[in-house]
Amino acid sequence: MVIPISYYLLLSGILFTIGVIGVLTRRNAIVIFMSIELMLNAVNLSFIAFSKQLSLLDGQIFVFFVMVVAAAEVAVGLALIVAIFRVKESVYVDEINLMKW
Amino acid sequence: MVIVHRNPIYSALFLILTLFALAGHFVLLNAPFIAAVHVIVYAGAIMVLFLFVIMLLDLRGRADRKRSGQLLRIIGVLFAGILLVEFGLMLKTDPTFSMASSSAFEAVAGIGDTRSIGELLFTKYLFPFEIASVLLLAAIIGSVILAKRKLK
Repeated sequence: MVIPISYYLLLSGILFTIGVIGVLTRRNAIVIFMSIELMLNAVNLSFIAFSKQLSLLDGQIFVFFVMVVAAAEVAVGLALIVAIFRVKESVYVDEINLMKW
Repeated sequence: MVIVHRNPIYSALFLILTLFALAGHFVLLNAPFIAAVHVIVYAGAIMVLFLFVIMLLDLRGRADRKRSGQLLRIIGVLFAGILLVEFGLMLKTDPTFSMASSSAFEAVAGIGDTRSIGELLFTKYLFPFEIASVLLLAAIIGSVILAKRKLK
């Protein structure tokens, strides 16, 4: 049994939308980061689906690089969150207004 | 589930569940190497980092002290719904997606395993691979400096 690619793309779109909702509605910076991870993974899923559809391996290489970028982003982002928490005692994005005046 | 829970630890655990499900999809999609790397990197490294930071910051007592505004929530869900409708319309109207049925798949043996990915990674994509290593080095240095220095 073979699943058509459109199902995978629909699942990827739904996952991406959940990530967008998370970024737009939540205020906890850590949860926002997790939503960003969710969006990256949605894109990874469609990359892999197209890679199988076209019988090309390049999509999987791209997924590899997306993972590298996600890992780097999470490391730096969480370090930033911890550094801000030390100063502001908060991880809520509407209480962090260092750049606003 | 990742986004509706108020406690970030539950969100992180549900995100791990989602990542395992995605790894299962990758196996089904003929990409076992990517699935293995996905589990190791995401479930093994990134989510451990997330849980570590969540527990380090200890937000439990003040988790539901304030909610985000109702207007912001409605607007966010509305825009995300518009985005989802656009995805659906794209899938529905574009003929390349709808007619891509079982006939378009022929399972090529040996695609997606570690050997073929490694060969492609070290020949065609050698330069991006090196760039990625430099990026990871920059991330390591950046997080070390951020952890060391007091943010003014």
